[in-house]
Amino acid sequence: MQTANNAVEETTMEEAAINVAPASGRAIVQITALRKSYGSHEVLKGIDLQVTPGEVIAIIGKSGSGKSTLLRCINGLEVFQQGALTVDGKPLLHESAMAMRELRQRVGMIFQSFNLFPHLTVGKNIMLAPSLVKKKDGAAATEQARKLLHRVGLAEKFDAMPDQLSGGQQQRVAIARALAMEPAVLLCDEITSALDPELVGEVLRVVESLADEGMTLLMVTHEMNFARKVSDRVIFMHQGRVHEMGPPAEVFGNPQTPELKQFLSSLHD
Amino acid sequence: MVEFSVWDIFRNLLLAARWTVVLSLIAFVGGGIVGLLLLVARLSRLRGMNTLVGGYVQLFQGTPLLMQLFLAYFGLALFGIKTSAWVAASVALTLYTSAFLTEIWRGCVAAIPKGQWEAGQSLALSFRELLQHVVVPQAIKIAIPPTVGFLVQVVKGTALASVIGFIELTKAGTMITNATFKPFVVYSCVALLYFALCFPISLYAKTLEKKINANRQ
Repeated sequence: MQTANNAVEETTMEEAAINVAPASGRAIVQITALRKSYGSHEVLKGIDLQVTPGEVIAIIGKSGSGKSTLLRCINGLEVFQQGALTVDGKPLLHESAMAMRELRQRVGMIFQSFNLFPHLTVGKNIMLAPSLVKKKDGAAATEQARKLLHRVGLAEKFDAMPDQLSGGQQQRVAIARALAMEPAVLLCDEITSALDPELVGEVLRVVESLADEGMTLLMVTHEMNFARKVSDRVIFMHQGRVHEMGPPAEVFGNPQTPELKQFLSSLHD
Repeated sequence: MVEFSVWDIFRNLLLAARWTVVLSLIAFVGGGIVGLLLLVARLSRLRGMNTLVGGYVQLFQGTPLLMQLFLAYFGLALFGIKTSAWVAASVALTLYTSAFLTEIWRGCVAAIPKGQWEAGQSLALSFRELLQHVVVPQAIKIAIPPTVGFLVQVVKGTALASVIGFIELTKAGTMITNATFKPFVVYSCVALLYFALCFPISLYAKTLEKKINANRQ
């Protein structure tokens, strides 16, 4: 399932998955001078970012500021024109299907619209990628899926179809599905935006427990209270740039730039 | 003069109807395979494939099947390939069917939300795995009714193969008319046999559609 020289990385991966405080020092995600445009419209204008293992990063900003695009660049759903991006030392090479497959095994993603596979049961949704990509055998995959479902509080839903679940439950299944690949980094793209208000809490609690267990998280979010509570670092994006960055207490308590001040005050209106 | 009973006429038409069925099956199986390959080529986003397949589809959708049959029959001969009516009809109908099916199926694949592709990609599935386990199973559900509906068109389309001398139901009807001088009786029987072939297929398409809609709710 892994090549020989991956021994070190495998430890990191397991550390992230099993509750051990990760060793810092080496960046797990390294973004250098990244630029991306749609035609002549530049949406990311040179992003530099280093994420250390176990770090929880909240990305905030107005819509159109490029925050979702940045997140989607990290697992190659968006192609960027300039700059470099590595995850766990593996460079992102759009041209190479092999390299993309390697990289995407290290990066999980959870979407605003859940994107569960509607024709498969909850259990099979979770088992599909481990069975195909990691060649996990049936019994091991089933056991892992049941464990993960238990972890997100849906142990009894193994045989349910996705459309029988509420939005919050679907999103928790999506989290379990991403975790089944044992990623080193988890990307969350506005994962509570499509949920009814009373269902937001159950999803955020799962994310918080992941953060507590040392998972590296990058999340685009509109839940400022959640960002303040859980994240180690908040990034405010404005017009395709990292406009302000720092610990949540500073970013929310003492914003430096007028743009961030305006953004934060607009949330209270 | 020999007298032909209606049973004589019907029996002979029935024998010829075999070849209509065989030709339909060739067109459908061949067209299905070629159509599927074209669809995969198009989805793989290989450089230029989209334009190429798009052009192919336009070519076959934009010209009459009759011309395609003529071109296959006489055109292949120009290249020194000896063709029988069998080969020409099979080739022309296969290509014609593949063009329509690949376009029908492309629409069905396009109906699968982008998020499904993205979810599969972010789980590190390969293009083939994504198609096989995520996209195709969902697309098939949408594709069955229009695909079966098109099969009816193909069955009727085989009638045109009569013009290049392929002896199927329609050609047999013409020949029997020439012998019996009873065009109304003969062509009524021909129409009846086409109906007997097509109606069950249409009925099946409707049942399938109902079944799929019931599953969705």
